[in-house]
Amino acid sequence: MADIYDVAIIGAGVIGSAIARKLSSYNLKTALLEKECDVSFGVSKANSGIIHGGFHHDSATLKSRLEVKGNLMFDQLKDELHFPFNRCGILVAAFSGDEMRTVEKLYQNGLGNKAIGIELCNHERMISLEPKLNRDVVGGLYAPGGGIIEPYRFVFSLVESAKKNGVEVLTKFEVAESEEKNDCYILKSADGRSLKAKWVVNAAGLYSDEISRIFGAESFTITPRKGEEFLLDRNATAYTSKVIFPAPSHVSKGMLVIPTAEGTTMVGPTAQMVDDKQDASTSKANFQAIFSSARRLVPAVSERDIITSFTGLRPTMEGDDFYIEASKIKPRFIQVAGIQSPGLTAAPAIADYVKDILKVEGLALSEKPDFDPYIEDVPRFRNSSKEELDALIAENPAYGEVICRCENISEAEIVAAVRQGHDTLDGVKFYTRAMMGRCQGGFCTHKIMKIICRETGKSMDELTKRGGGSWLVHKKVGDYALEDRA
Amino acid sequence: MKTIEKDVLVIGGGSAGMAAAAEIRERNHSVAIVERDNILGGILNQCIHNGFGLHRFKEELTGPEYAERYAEIIEASDMEVFTGTTVTEIEKRDEGKTVYAYSARHGMLVFQVKAVVLAMGCRERNRGNIGTPGTRPAGVYTAGLAQRLVNMEGLMPGSKCVIVGSGDIGLIMARRMSWVGADVKAVVEIQPYPAGLTRNIVQCLNDFNIPLHLSHVVSKIHGKDRVEGIDITPLRDGIEVTEETFHIECDTLLLSVGLIPDNEIARKAGIDINRETNGPLVDSSLMTSVEGIFACGNVLHVHDLVDYVSEESHRCGAFVSDYLEHQSETKQFKMVSGSNLKYVIPNQFRADRDNHFYMRSLIVRNHAELVLTLDGKELGRKKLRHIQPSEMISFTLKEKDLDKAALDDNSTLEISLVG
Ligand SMILES: Cc1cc2nc3c(=O)[nH]c(=O)nc-3n(C[C@H](O)[C@H](O)[C@H](O)COP(=O)(O)OP(=O)(O)OC[C@H]3O[C@@H](n4cnc5c(N)ncnc54)[C@H](O)[C@@H]3O)c2cc1C
Ligand SMILES: Cc1cc2nc3c(=O)[nH]c(=O)nc-3n(C[C@H](O)[C@H](O)[C@H](O)COP(=O)(O)OP(=O)(O)OC[C@H]3O[C@@H](n4cnc5c(N)ncnc54)[C@H](O)[C@@H]3O)c2cc1C
Repeated sequence: MADIYDVAIIGAGVIGSAIARKLSSYNLKTALLEKECDVSFGVSKANSGIIHGGFHHDSATLKSRLEVKGNLMFDQLKDELHFPFNRCGILVAAFSGDEMRTVEKLYQNGLGNKAIGIELCNHERMISLEPKLNRDVVGGLYAPGGGIIEPYRFVFSLVESAKKNGVEVLTKFEVAESEEKNDCYILKSADGRSLKAKWVVNAAGLYSDEISRIFGAESFTITPRKGEEFLLDRNATAYTSKVIFPAPSHVSKGMLVIPTAEGTTMVGPTAQMVDDKQDASTSKANFQAIFSSARRLVPAVSERDIITSFTGLRPTMEGDDFYIEASKIKPRFIQVAGIQSPGLTAAPAIADYVKDILKVEGLALSEKPDFDPYIEDVPRFRNSSKEELDALIAENPAYGEVICRCENISEAEIVAAVRQGHDTLDGVKFYTRAMMGRCQGGFCTHKIMKIICRETGKSMDELTKRGGGSWLVHKKVGDYALEDRA
Repeated sequence: MKTIEKDVLVIGGGSAGMAAAAEIRERNHSVAIVERDNILGGILNQCIHNGFGLHRFKEELTGPEYAERYAEIIEASDMEVFTGTTVTEIEKRDEGKTVYAYSARHGMLVFQVKAVVLAMGCRERNRGNIGTPGTRPAGVYTAGLAQRLVNMEGLMPGSKCVIVGSGDIGLIMARRMSWVGADVKAVVEIQPYPAGLTRNIVQCLNDFNIPLHLSHVVSKIHGKDRVEGIDITPLRDGIEVTEETFHIECDTLLLSVGLIPDNEIARKAGIDINRETNGPLVDSSLMTSVEGIFACGNVLHVHDLVDYVSEESHRCGAFVSDYLEHQSETKQFKMVSGSNLKYVIPNQFRADRDNHFYMRSLIVRNHAELVLTLDGKELGRKKLRHIQPSEMISFTLKEKDLDKAALDDNSTLEISLVG
C-alpha cells in the first residue's frame, strides 16, 4: 500500500463518474471505486434519460439550481464525449382547468429558474408541437431546452475520459471498512484489498447512507423510490418528437412518454417507496397503470409494441433535496447523497459544485495543462452512411460483420466495448445497444459471448450477465452429462 | 464496394431461401443468395432431432440432413452464395430493386436485381413480449437460443430448468435438456391444451416424467444474479388464482412462446404487413404489396413443418420466374378468412390455375370442416380430423372446381371453419 490517493470517490454512477472526470483536469491522484464489476451498473443504468427542462422545482432547492446549470453543460459534453444526446424539448400536457393551473405553477418555476425558451401553450399550439398528443389536451407547457440522453453511454464516456486523464478505476471494490490514520483514510474492500486516500467523496447512490456510517460521518437514511418503465419497439407509432409529461401530482412527476435518444419509445416510470435496495422486480399492476396513463397522453401507445421492461430505484432522503456538503463530523469527507431525479441532468453541475467544496475545504487544485477533454468517437454502423460504412469496412473488416440484427451493431463496436473493459453481457449491451432491440439477444447472444471470450481469453463458463453470480452457461454439454452420471 | 447484377436476389439461406433459389435457377434465371450466417440452412442447423422431411422426401431426416439435401442442389448449381453477409436495406427503383448488404469478407455489396425473395425466417418471442413479472436475472433464455447453445456450441445453459410453452420447440428442448443431464422440472402452458404434437408430448415429456401444467402461467421470476426459482399460478376462466400459486426452484427458464416473422427490412421497404401473421400481405403469386418483392417460408407466416416451407418456397420460385417472364398479369380476386380462422394466406386467388392456401385455426376440435364460399354461395367442403391453433392447415382449390362464369371483378372467396 505504497501510494496515497489525493481523492477516493466511492461509487461509479453518473455522479461519481462526473466528479472523477472533473477532478481529472487537476493535478491530483484520484481513484474511482465501484463495487459492481462495471461502472454505471447502479441507478444510473435504469432511468428515464431525460435532461430536465428546469421547471419542476422552484429555485429554492439545490436540485433545481443544479438541474438548470447541468442542463446547459450538455452540448459541450456531447461534443467532447460523443454520447447520444438530443435536445428534443419537453411538453407537459394538461387535460383540465385544474391541471392547467398546476402547469402554470411549473411555468412560474421555469421563469424563476431562467429555463430557456419556456412557454405556456393552448390546445392548438400543443397539437402543432406534437401531433400525436391526445386531442383532449386543453393546453400545457413547452420547455424547448429539455432533452434526452443515453444515460449509461454518458457514464461510460465520463469514465473513459477520466481514465484517459489519469483517474484509476477500481471495479469490484466494495468499500466495507474505513480507518483514519495520519490525516489519511484507509479504505478496505469486502474482498480484502485496501487503499489510502486523503479525501473521500461519498457518491454511493442508494448506499450512501451505509458509506456515511462506515466512515462514522452523519447518520441519514436513503429510501429507494422504485420506478418501472417499459421499452417499446423502434417501429412503434407512439414515437413522439418530444418528451411528454402529464401535469405532476404532489408525489411524482407522473408517467411519461419518452422518445429515447436511440429511437425507441419508453413509457413510465412509476413511483413507489420500497424497503429493499435490491428490489428490481416488475409487477403486473404497475404494467396496467403505466399503459393507461401513457395512453392518456399519447393514444398510439400500445402493449403490442413492448420489447422489455426494467426497474430503477431513486435514492431519496428526508427533505427530498440533494445533500451535497462537506461532512460536519468527519474531515475531508464529502457527502453527495440523496441524488434522485434530476440527478442525471444535474451530474455535471454537481461535479463542479463538489470541486468547489473540495477547494473551500482546503484541497489544493491546480489545473493540468495537458488535460484532454476529448475521447475517441467509436463510429457506429447504424449511424454511418453507406459510403462511410464502405470506408470503415475497408479499414476494419469487423465493421462488415453485423452481429445484432435488430439494432444493426457490428462486431467492431462490440470489440471496442470489450476493449474498454465492458466484458459482461450487460456491459456490452449498454455500451453498444446490442441485445437491446426487439429480439432481446435471441440471435446474437452466443456470438457476443464468443467475441468476449476471444478478446479476454476467458472461457464461456466464466462469462456473466453482470458479474457476481450471474453466470450464463456452465461447462460443456459432455462434461456435464458425464459428471452427473458418475 | 462491389456491384452485382442478377435477375433475382434471395435474402436468407434457410430452407425457404434455398428452395426458392433452386426453383428460380432451375427455370433458367440468374439468382444469388445472401445469408448472414456462415453456412446455409438457417434454423434447421440447430434442429438436430429427427422428424423432418416425412412429406417431402418420404424419409425421416434430422434438420441438418434436410438442409444438406438443399445445400447440395445449390452447390451443384452455378449460383452465387454470399454467406456471412447481412442485408440491411432494399431500395425500389423505377426498374427493379437495389439491395444493400455488408460482410467482413466482401465489404459493401450492392445488388441490382429485377426481383427479390424475402426468406429471412422468424425470431422468437421473448420475456418482454409476454411480460413475465419478477426480477431480471441471468438464466432466462428463449428456447431457440438454448437449442443453439446446446446443439451447436456444446454449452449447458443451466442444470435445473422450467420450460414455458408446450409448442414443439419447447417439448423438444425439454427432451434435449434431459438428455444432456439437466433436471427439467416442468413445462408450463397457458392454454388448457398442449400446443405441440401428441407424439412430442409422449416422446419428450411422458417418457421423461416431466410434468405438464396446462392452464398455468409463470407469475414471477425470482433471483438477483441468476434465476433461483419461479412462481407458477393456475388460471381459472382466464384469471390467475393467486392463492394456488406454487414455487419451483430452478436456475434456468426457457421460453418457447412463439415466433414472429422477421420483417424489419420489409417494413423499411414500405411493404404492407398483415397484422395477424406479422408477415407481408401477399397476392396469389406470393408477391408483396411492393411489385417484384416476394416472400416465402417463416418470414411470410410461421410454419410448423419444414416440408410446407419447402413446398411454398418452390411455388414462390416458380411465381418469381413467371413474373420475370411477364406471365403473371392476370386478374386476381379477393380471398378472406371467415369464422374460426386466425388467418389465410395468400389473400388473393387466380381463376386460371390451382390455388394453394395455408391457414390457422382459432379453435380446438377433434372433427371440423373447412367451408368455402364464393360471394356467399357454398363452393365446397373438406373434412378435417384434428385441428388446433398450433397446427397449420393447408388446402388446395383446384382450377376445375371454380366456376369462372360466376366470377366478377368484386368476387370474394371466403374460407371458414365449422366445428
Ligand atoms: C426510474 C428512474 C428514472 C429517473 N429518471 C431521471 C431522468 O429522466 N432525468 C434525471 O436527471 N434523473 C433521473 N433519475 C435520477 C438519476 O438516475 C439518478 O439521480 C442518478 O443516476 C444517480 O446517480 P448516482 O451516481 O448517485 O447513483 P448510482 O448510479 O447508483 O451510483 C452509485 C454507485 O455506487 C456504487 N456503490 C454503492 N455502494 C458501494 C460501496 N460500498 N463501495 C463501492 N461502490 C459502491 C453502486 O454500485 C453504484 O454504481 C431517475 C431515477 C430513476 C430510478
Ligand atoms: C426452433 C425451431 C424448431 C423447429 N423444429 C421443427 C421440426 O422438428 N420439424 C419440422 O418439420 N419443422 C421444424 N421447425 C420449422 C421449420 O424448420 C422452419 O419453419 C423452417 O426451417 C424455416 O425455414 P426458413 O427458411 O423460412 O427460415 P430460417 O431457417 O430461419 O432461415 C432464414 C435465414 O435467413 C437468414 N437471414 C435473416 N435475415 C437476414 C438478412 N437480413 N440478411 C441475410 N440473411 C438473413 C437467417 O440467418 C436464416 O439463415 C422448427 C423451427 C424452429 C424455429
